[in-house]
Amino acid sequence: MRDAFIARFEQLAASNPRVLLITGDLGFGVLDNFAKRFPGQYLNAGVAEQNMTGLAAGLALDGRIVVTYSIGNFPTLRCLEQIRNDAAYHNANVKIVAVGGGFSYGALGVSHHATEDLAILRAIPGITVLAPGCLWEAEEATAAMLDNKGVCYLRLDKSSAGRTNQPGETFELGKIRTLRNGSDITLVATGGILGVALEAADALAAEGISARVLSVHTLKPFDSETIFQACRETGGIVTLEEHMVDGGLGGLIAETCLEAGIVPKVFRRVGLRSCFATIVGSQNYLRSHYQMDAPALIQTVKGCLQNSGFSSDLAALSLAINNPAGGPVGPIPTGSSATQTATAASSS
Amino acid sequence: MTKPQLERINTEELARKIRLHALDMTSKGGSSHIGAVFSMADIIAVLYGVVLRIDPSRPDWEDRDRFILSKGHAGAGVYAALAERGFFPVELLSRHYQDGSTLSGHVSHKGNPGVELSTGSLGHGLSVGTGMAFGAKLDNKQHRVFVLLSDGECDEGSNWEAILFAGHHEVDNLVAIVDYNKLQSLAPVSDTLRLEPFADKWRAFGWSVAEVDGHDHEALQRTLETIPKESRKPTCILAHTTKGKGVSFMENSVLWHYRTAKGEEYEMAKRELTEGVSH
Repeated sequence: MRDAFIARFEQLAASNPRVLLITGDLGFGVLDNFAKRFPGQYLNAGVAEQNMTGLAAGLALDGRIVVTYSIGNFPTLRCLEQIRNDAAYHNANVKIVAVGGGFSYGALGVSHHATEDLAILRAIPGITVLAPGCLWEAEEATAAMLDNKGVCYLRLDKSSAGRTNQPGETFELGKIRTLRNGSDITLVATGGILGVALEAADALAAEGISARVLSVHTLKPFDSETIFQACRETGGIVTLEEHMVDGGLGGLIAETCLEAGIVPKVFRRVGLRSCFATIVGSQNYLRSHYQMDAPALIQTVKGCLQNSGFSSDLAALSLAINNPAGGPVGPIPTGSSATQTATAASSS
Repeated sequence: MTKPQLERINTEELARKIRLHALDMTSKGGSSHIGAVFSMADIIAVLYGVVLRIDPSRPDWEDRDRFILSKGHAGAGVYAALAERGFFPVELLSRHYQDGSTLSGHVSHKGNPGVELSTGSLGHGLSVGTGMAFGAKLDNKQHRVFVLLSDGECDEGSNWEAILFAGHHEVDNLVAIVDYNKLQSLAPVSDTLRLEPFADKWRAFGWSVAEVDGHDHEALQRTLETIPKESRKPTCILAHTTKGKGVSFMENSVLWHYRTAKGEEYEMAKRELTEGVSH
């Protein structure tokens, strides 16, 4: 996703000299070409994210479009107040790009796990929050971000769902994309973990369960209507995010639906639950460990449907049925909550 | 492009008005930081009176000098200066710190023409100012950026990130003025986190440093009007000041960082400022 971003960014920066990229001394091997081609549009602010963000605001207030670039929590949480006060309150054209959403840097430890960023950034007024799920979305979100006035946060993931666009499809900031049509359940994903949702939908389809898959590349502004439609038309909503479930995609949908009085038939949030990932591992390993991989998602969906009395056949769909990744076998959970809390406790 | 005609203003008179307005504003609203306003009132008066190239009729004039009050808690002083310079009506100052007002206790740009940057959390202004100055250099613009910091604020690490950056990148259209009254919120600076040797620290980061009596208008004007002091170096002006300057019982007192002048204290302060009691 990072390479998709920089490739598109280079094209856009070439046609707009007012675009400036500031890195917090990260991007080895990624930004080199851009820095060589556009030395006047590139700046390394050193390992100083607070100053980087304040600088960006100052430069943006005088007419530039300024991208701050770093990894994980460094361009977001480290300098959160500069984002809030200097950039957002002044509606400065500052674009924050974080490489390494979720467990992208899973083996590097908690400091490098970006698992609260979406909730925190979306709470700040005026910030557009983008978390593309595939390479095409990453490219298009890059362009949309530069076109869109004000502060944007672009969360880039190491993983992606490949390229999910249809020929001729146009990207619309703030508009949820429907990648699979389905009626039994809706899987709503944000970020690179979208690939897991698609994988789970395929496996469910093979078992006769029709899952709609929605990609939320923009958490703010939020496309409530597409979610309401899924509430009305499908058997329930399961959200998926490589992020704390608190305040992220799941929280966002819960609050949006409840306030509108449009309640899905069943609702589950799959993501990280109130714990730090104190073990390390690859992105896929941690997804599996923290019950947000395809088998876990499939289990959650089946649990939802069973509880909602979706089909008498589902009674037979116990865990004795296919478990594609050969993951842990146990009773169908009533939701991901119980299993993950136990996992978190046992791993802490 | 025409530069706005610089009106030569009596800066001593402007400073006196700033102090009187700030006393009224903070007393009426029951807000704090009068000591911090009085400390910098002369610096503000010289800047807004004779140094800054600004045009009240065009607050967004592209080539204006930028001024950022990084010690945002002293915002009443900036509001007073802006009103006296005609950016908004002086009568509006009575709305400071009142319900429904845009004149917040810490300086805010929203709805208040002439304020470049909203501050209030310390350690923000210098980075933003550095960005503005750096951008101006990239664009070959001639305007300058002045940032006024408190001494206590220099505890914030973000400032030192900006100081390092501006020195390295030779941002010589940037001026950091430190209102060096040696008292911070709870105690003297020297008892809290020692800043000395302060000038040496700035110099070591690649800045040109000038020290000046922050209440001597002639010296302030002389110092502020010749920027940069050294080519390819940002300028730091350590303005030695007295917290609470202008009201005898407020001077050099930590108490008046937070205390509001009410009743007899207000009357005494007003009398001293009006009659110009010398110290």
